[in-house]
Amino acid sequence: MSKIGVFICHCGENISATVDCQRVAEEALKIEEVEYAIDYKYMCSDPGQTLIKQAIKEKGLDGVVVAACSPRMHEPTFRRACSEAGLNPYLCEIANIREHCSWVHEKGDATTQKAVDIVKSLVAKVKYNKPLTPIEVPVTKKALVIGGGIAGIQASLDIANCGHKVILVEKEPSIGGHMSQLSETFPTLDCSQCILTPRMVEVAQHPNITLYTYAEVEHLEGFIGNFKASIRLKAKSIDEKLCTGCGLCTTKCPNKKISSEFNAGLGLRTAIYVPFPQAVPNKPVIDKEHCTYYQKGKCRLCEKTCPTGAISFDQEDRIITEEIGAVVVTTGFDVLKPNYFPEYGFGKYKDVITGLQFERLASASGPTLGEIRRPSDGAIPKKIVFIACAGSRDPAKGIHYCSKICCMYTAKHAMLYQHKVHGGESYVFYMDIRAAGKNYDEFVRRAIEEDGVNYIRGRVARVYEKEGKLIVKGVDTLLGATPVEIEADMVVLATASVANKGAEELAQKLHISYDPYKFFAEAHPKLKPVETNTAGIYLAGACQAPKDIPETVGMASGAAVKVAALFSQKDLVREPLVAVVNRTTPPLFSTCVGCFMCQTACPYHAIEAEEIKDRNGNVLKTVAKVNPGLCQGCGTCVAFCRSKSIDIQGYSNEQVYAEVAALLND
Amino acid sequence: MEIGFYPGCSLKGTSLEYNESVITLAKAFDIELVELNDWNCCGATAAHSMDRELSLSLVARILALAEQQGFEEIVVPCASCYNRLSTVQYELAQDTKLLDKIVDIIKMPYFGNVKILNVVQFIEKYVQDNLAAKVVHPFRHEVACYYGCLLVRPHKILQFDQLEDPQSMDKLMTMIGATSIDWAFKTECCGAGLSVSRTDLVGRLSGNILKDADDRGAKALVVACPMCHSNLDMRRPAINSYLNKSIDIPILYITQAIGLAIGLTPKDLGLDRHFVLINLKD
Repeated sequence: MSKIGVFICHCGENISATVDCQRVAEEALKIEEVEYAIDYKYMCSDPGQTLIKQAIKEKGLDGVVVAACSPRMHEPTFRRACSEAGLNPYLCEIANIREHCSWVHEKGDATTQKAVDIVKSLVAKVKYNKPLTPIEVPVTKKALVIGGGIAGIQASLDIANCGHKVILVEKEPSIGGHMSQLSETFPTLDCSQCILTPRMVEVAQHPNITLYTYAEVEHLEGFIGNFKASIRLKAKSIDEKLCTGCGLCTTKCPNKKISSEFNAGLGLRTAIYVPFPQAVPNKPVIDKEHCTYYQKGKCRLCEKTCPTGAISFDQEDRIITEEIGAVVVTTGFDVLKPNYFPEYGFGKYKDVITGLQFERLASASGPTLGEIRRPSDGAIPKKIVFIACAGSRDPAKGIHYCSKICCMYTAKHAMLYQHKVHGGESYVFYMDIRAAGKNYDEFVRRAIEEDGVNYIRGRVARVYEKEGKLIVKGVDTLLGATPVEIEADMVVLATASVANKGAEELAQKLHISYDPYKFFAEAHPKLKPVETNTAGIYLAGACQAPKDIPETVGMASGAAVKVAALFSQKDLVREPLVAVVNRTTPPLFSTCVGCFMCQTACPYHAIEAEEIKDRNGNVLKTVAKVNPGLCQGCGTCVAFCRSKSIDIQGYSNEQVYAEVAALLND
Repeated sequence: MEIGFYPGCSLKGTSLEYNESVITLAKAFDIELVELNDWNCCGATAAHSMDRELSLSLVARILALAEQQGFEEIVVPCASCYNRLSTVQYELAQDTKLLDKIVDIIKMPYFGNVKILNVVQFIEKYVQDNLAAKVVHPFRHEVACYYGCLLVRPHKILQFDQLEDPQSMDKLMTMIGATSIDWAFKTECCGAGLSVSRTDLVGRLSGNILKDADDRGAKALVVACPMCHSNLDMRRPAINSYLNKSIDIPILYITQAIGLAIGLTPKDLGLDRHFVLINLKD
């Protein structure tokens, strides 16, 4: 015989406006084994909680049902209250009569009756509740940050400055990411390199940060606090201890015509190369695909040139394993591929370039040393057209979303052009100007009003080349859809930001979810923006969605705080709502027959095989065992189990059947 | 082999040579195009801008006839008919209520499973594989492939080729030895149905198309639409008066260009029916 208390909350008027809470309390008292029932205006308030605590003590309750809002809102609150009164917190259940009842129905008897039914159902469940204890898991206080752009740099520095070890993995030869490619940054026009490179150096020199460049995560296993990562260190063909970074080798390399990734294809590099002069680490790697020696077996000029004998052709990829407690994914974004814009002639005409390429043209470290010169003939363009939303917000191109940064960087590009090319004419075709951010709209207005950039609201239908000019055909929708034709010298496309290539593959390696566009999915769009659905793995920056620098840095610091909070605990406490394989007395030991269907079903790799042995070590039976640290309590294994040997604690079949039966019995 | 064939009104009238060249080309590859029995107007231009129900019913009846006569595929050479047939099939597939209503009007069973092929798709599917072996007079000319608006749009429905930079005709032209030029007006408007009422506008729109092809050295324009053909060919006086110069680039149907390459006679291909003479020198 249980003694159950039922507490009905009015939630101000949220519940009481449509549900007769007093009647629910009266009806609840009639349910078998309900010892006490009462309604109150705000059950979550201090007096409300006191009501529950007192009842537990005075009436000797061994089960509590709080009929109130969603358990996602206040289940922890009420369970804590029960716990303070000496009742195991897992003997408290929430009957959701707000979201599931009062908010979605009109006032009336039927609504009140539904609230009563929900209460009955939870009372039936709580009778089967068992006291549970939270799971404690140890934590490895070392973080893995994947991706060395500004997000990864910021997250690494913040975690390292909290006193924790960080491993930063970057797949390129240098950290810095897209930000290092940018010229000036909006809305202040401060030089990107000037604000970024000191941070890059700080990362390299930080005692708590281990930096692996030219490296990629191969594999990740384990669970929050206890991950194990395999990292492939790609062969750089350089002995980094011997290399002084003098750069002689790069001047001697005969293979000088390789398209430079750093210059977004606008410049050239050698096969042994440092991506850019301010690279961290400032030591070269050999690009095997383009190296004459690796491809043809002859050359080795760099080896002959190197004064310290640092070139090492026989180096091989190494795979290292690191134990870590948390992961921050900061793998950034990519720009949309050229084949999306046949109508703009991108890829066909040299002077139709992407925004990222324009950044390189405008950058002091770029191929033109910051002079705006068109790629085809090096001439300074007298007339330039910027096309915003090239791909973004265009369902026909398969991209429905706004890339967010383009309005601002296009205004910046046009502004930089006007500053650098006096007397030049610039045009921006746009759909809307989205300049929401501190000092952002002011920045765009400045481009239009002070720098004289011509903004035309309308889309461009086609760009084609004629007699050395790029003919841009568009429409001005603010002038009654007048067709506009501009003979431009250069066209810059504000190409959509898309997920980085390999994002899907990485997500699968890490067991995190991603959206239809392959951007990584956050756990909750508002309240858990830096968490993923996999505990212990966090996100920052443009790998989650297109983002500008301030937002990326803010998110990186947010993710770092989550990691630091995790590492601040001695042990990790987790809700015990996990799957458990039943155990019973010998000779059966468990109803589990060891078919391991559950193992194939488990999306979290949480199920392992356990051998039951006798005293002499002979295996008597092999059964499934759930690792409570990995289990997320999804219940897939329960549905798969043929012998009904697995149950979710707190949501056992018995409990759920009781809930359903209580609803059906009336 | 037999495949269903829906000619539509143009191929029976102003574009007789298109009809002839399609059928002759098919025959050369042992394919018989069997004309649908009792076909009616596809409703292009007039019906679909005046009366939606009528425009749906006209096409539904055509497709129902094709089903009834046992065709799995029908070839629709006219780009406008192709567009109407495909659009209606798509619309009826999206809306069962509408479908019931239209079926009630046409009083015929309709399943919507006939595959509609435009002429380029037909060539790609049934001619292309054996084409290279049959070429006897390589078509060694610079050609501008002109797709117009109806063959590739709307992409959501037609799912044919690249919307803004179609390539399928260019590939076929390369196969018969032609050099297909890169130009800017592949999918621009030719003036379409304004051919009769606003010849001056057609002169301007088609004129811009022809001028760009001429500027870039095209010796012939290749098309797959009777409307495009008549605007660019028959309206040449209006074009020339707009451009204030005389351009004599001939306009060929893709079936005619391929036909010439495989040695069919100009007469079989209806080349004598054009307004602009075809004087291509080898």
